[in-house]
Amino acid sequence: MSEAKKFNFIGQRTIRPDGHDKVTGKANYAADLSLPGMIWGKILRSPHAHAKILKLDTSRAEAMSGVMSVATFDDLPSVSNEAIQSGEGAIDSLDLGRNVLARDKVLYHGHAIAAIAAKTVAIAEKALELIDVEYEVLTPVLDLHAAMKADAPLLHEDMFTQGYPEQPEKPSNIAARHELKMGDVEAGFAEADVIVERDFVTPTVHQGYIEPHACTVSYNTEGQSMVWCSTQGHFDVRASTAKLLAMPLGNLKVIASEIGGGFGGKTTVYLEPIALILSRKSGRPVKMMMDRDEVFRASGPASAARLTVKVGGKKDGTITAMQTSIAYEAGAFKGSPAMIGGMTAFTPYNCPNVYCETFDVVVNKPKVAAYRAPGAPQAEFGAEMAVSELAEKLGIDPVDLRLQNAAKEGTQTVYGPKLKAVGLVECLEAAKNSPHYKTELKEGEGRGIASGFWFNIGGQSSVTINMNPDGTGTIVEGSPDIGGSRASMQMMASEELGIPLNDLKPIIGDTESIPYNQSTGGSRTTFATGMAVIEAAQDVVHQLKERAASLWNVTPDQVEWRDGSAINTAGEGQMTCAEICAKCEKTGGQISGTGNVNARGAGPSFAVHVCDTKVDMETGKVDVIRYTAIQDAGKAIHPSYVEGQFQGGAAQGIGWALNEEYVYNDDGVMENAGFLDYRIPLASDLPMIDTIIVEVPNNFHPYGVRGVGESGIIPPLAAVGYSVGDAIGANVSELPCSPPRVLKLIQEKG
Amino acid sequence: MTKVHVTTSINGDETEFLCEPHDTLLDVLRNDLSLTGTKEGCGSGDCGACSVTLNGRLVCSCLVLGVEAEGAEVGTIEGVGEADNLNVIQEKFLEHAALQCGICTPGLIVSTQALLAENPSPTEEEARYYLAGNLCRCTGYDKIIRAVMDSAETMRGEVK
Amino acid sequence: MAMVFFSGELQRFTGEEKTSVVALNYRELLGELHNKYPDLKNSEISEMAIAIDGEIVHEPLLELIPEEAELHFFHFIAGG
Repeated sequence: MSEAKKFNFIGQRTIRPDGHDKVTGKANYAADLSLPGMIWGKILRSPHAHAKILKLDTSRAEAMSGVMSVATFDDLPSVSNEAIQSGEGAIDSLDLGRNVLARDKVLYHGHAIAAIAAKTVAIAEKALELIDVEYEVLTPVLDLHAAMKADAPLLHEDMFTQGYPEQPEKPSNIAARHELKMGDVEAGFAEADVIVERDFVTPTVHQGYIEPHACTVSYNTEGQSMVWCSTQGHFDVRASTAKLLAMPLGNLKVIASEIGGGFGGKTTVYLEPIALILSRKSGRPVKMMMDRDEVFRASGPASAARLTVKVGGKKDGTITAMQTSIAYEAGAFKGSPAMIGGMTAFTPYNCPNVYCETFDVVVNKPKVAAYRAPGAPQAEFGAEMAVSELAEKLGIDPVDLRLQNAAKEGTQTVYGPKLKAVGLVECLEAAKNSPHYKTELKEGEGRGIASGFWFNIGGQSSVTINMNPDGTGTIVEGSPDIGGSRASMQMMASEELGIPLNDLKPIIGDTESIPYNQSTGGSRTTFATGMAVIEAAQDVVHQLKERAASLWNVTPDQVEWRDGSAINTAGEGQMTCAEICAKCEKTGGQISGTGNVNARGAGPSFAVHVCDTKVDMETGKVDVIRYTAIQDAGKAIHPSYVEGQFQGGAAQGIGWALNEEYVYNDDGVMENAGFLDYRIPLASDLPMIDTIIVEVPNNFHPYGVRGVGESGIIPPLAAVGYSVGDAIGANVSELPCSPPRVLKLIQEKG
Repeated sequence: MTKVHVTTSINGDETEFLCEPHDTLLDVLRNDLSLTGTKEGCGSGDCGACSVTLNGRLVCSCLVLGVEAEGAEVGTIEGVGEADNLNVIQEKFLEHAALQCGICTPGLIVSTQALLAENPSPTEEEARYYLAGNLCRCTGYDKIIRAVMDSAETMRGEVK
Repeated sequence: MAMVFFSGELQRFTGEEKTSVVALNYRELLGELHNKYPDLKNSEISEMAIAIDGEIVHEPLLELIPEEAELHFFHFIAGG
């Protein structure tokens, strides 16, 4: 591997190739495409959180002048319970269909019931009022306590809890129970000198991408239909949409627009199948855009969770047992990241005795979607709070306790395999040596430290590099670029080809330009798509050498590739990439290289964050005054965008810890569905976020890359939470630490 | 409903359009004039993605009616920099990697330009409060603030 | 001889925490396990990812199984 590998491009802070378009307003996002003859679609949404649909009559709306088409669940060809791949793993296509357009029952306030396409938005909105719906209103189930009660009203009469040896006799809102264990926790706790056991609660939060969901589509009865949309995975949009509409994949072309943030939330479909039905029935291109209120009420937030955590340790600092039970809200349909919670909670620790029990629970809220390391922030929040408290009770520095028990190469995980080389120890040591950790706290300030573990994934990526006759090339990749990944792809291709960055233009190909490519998520893009880029570039180099060999009349193994040129080792001669490309016409036609991989060997990226806060004891307002994010990148291809991932994850985690939450009234109506009341961090809320990039190479990647997108959102919940508790001298158990909650803690303390 | 005829100046170009009385300036810019560099993030004045200047004043174009542009001078992202030359703020945003997804970037650049026109030497805190109306969900603002402070220094001639 | 470790979920079908199996590749491995534990047919094992000596493979169909390998099955992880 790459210990002493010298790089020409990797590790530099280059200007991103798509940057110019983005600072000039030229970059085209989901809502920016309009087509000739285009009409506008709008959605009728449920005013109830839980109700039976007794009657749905769209005839008055259809008769209105300017209305072009109407869609309801009945327009979805029969969908089955087959699994479709999506952000958080497989999801049931019947559930997906019923989430896109309700059938028989509405399951959350804002659930889509019907849609109308009309010549203008105003006409479409007016026509929605003419749709007649009769409901039988049911009692909404709004939190985990209520949902898990034996006599709770049921969202799905046919859902039985999976994961018990025998299928239960009665249906339940608990979709599944998962259990992971190793060693003997009872024996472990018996060995402990100190045991910490606490309950924690985390709220429903939204990914909060600034660009609302939107699409422009055009249905063609003959030939190919087109969907233009903002998504993390256009191949998955194609799969889901084609499934719901019973279309062959080849009849649907999905183009990924520039994407204005996703964070996991743009890994499924909401509008696209509806727009395509409206287009099919009207014969016109259709554009649909959610407004911000719809994004909050009807697109996937992240699960609220309730957890109990118990950890035990000896006086010498050995952690002897760790145990948790966690319930996750899935929203209206099964499929929260509950299982992942158990897999991640205690993975930063080398502890032989672990027990994790998790529950996937449906409630009358929007179906959750992936959000940056889905499931891990909730679980690791509880785990890290408990470990910090254990350190305090044992009188051991919280970094030292973590170092003493840190997971490292060979550590047995509760989910199965032993870890390969990982960089947690290096992150903890960097934290300990950081200027931040050495800064003494002043009166009224508090400090929290927390680790975070995320697996990272590999998977399928497809890349083609097409060379031009002048020696420049186009990198066609299939991973929507959500945070600057085109810069990394350009750098990796230049590294292999040895030609200048600007000679290679990376683009995101649509679903017919290249083979299937998994979505941007799981911190996989720089790792897996990067591998495909490297493979494609090596393929181009191989062909360039063959062409040079044929021009020199030598064998290809007599040609070396050095700094963008072929060198004839059998005689005199050197030819640049451009010179060889210019002669392709004479040597067999143009060159393109392919790299279609199913990448394996993704390496976990551990993170450690340190947070200092100051609390206004009169109002309960918390200010983050110092923040440091440390994370193992394996190898940072573009350090600025790696830091950007650390900082962005930290900011989202700080928001989760301090302010963000869905507030519901008793009827299940979200009361803060806008950025004014659902407060994500503003520029004035945050300090500079210091970063330290740790590089413990992942030996399965040619350059050592791990992938950094997700781990950074995990530690802030406990780093901030513990810091607030430290500042006010109380135990924080519930997020967010918003002023009323913090003030209550201060007052209870007296 | 009868459309209203509006004569205005956009990025220095005299422009005429017809709009419904209820159409926002944002709708007009994006849907009628194809100036899609101005983005819609919320439609309620909370996110700043649609920031433009109206007679030199920074506004959310989703809170301004199209008819209010009558006789006014509107400045959008399309008017920042020159056709073949980025301005300092745009350069600094790229240099500092102050954008990830880029959806908030046009609004932030328009806002930064307004900030530095009002206050060429903002403190970090002043910059953070001035830009508090421009939400960014990707960056945590660190690199944006660095780009803004560096732009200010460069524009004052204090090139590092 | 490779060693297969079963998660709690799979132990419900195997009744054991681990077993040793002789198999050249994943297909043989799965066949051997199904022969040894017929109840596994009711589990999701064939849709699960596998870790071979700690290296996670999501689509293992053609995977070779090294001698003395440690094998763990678990559910597919995606991410955001």
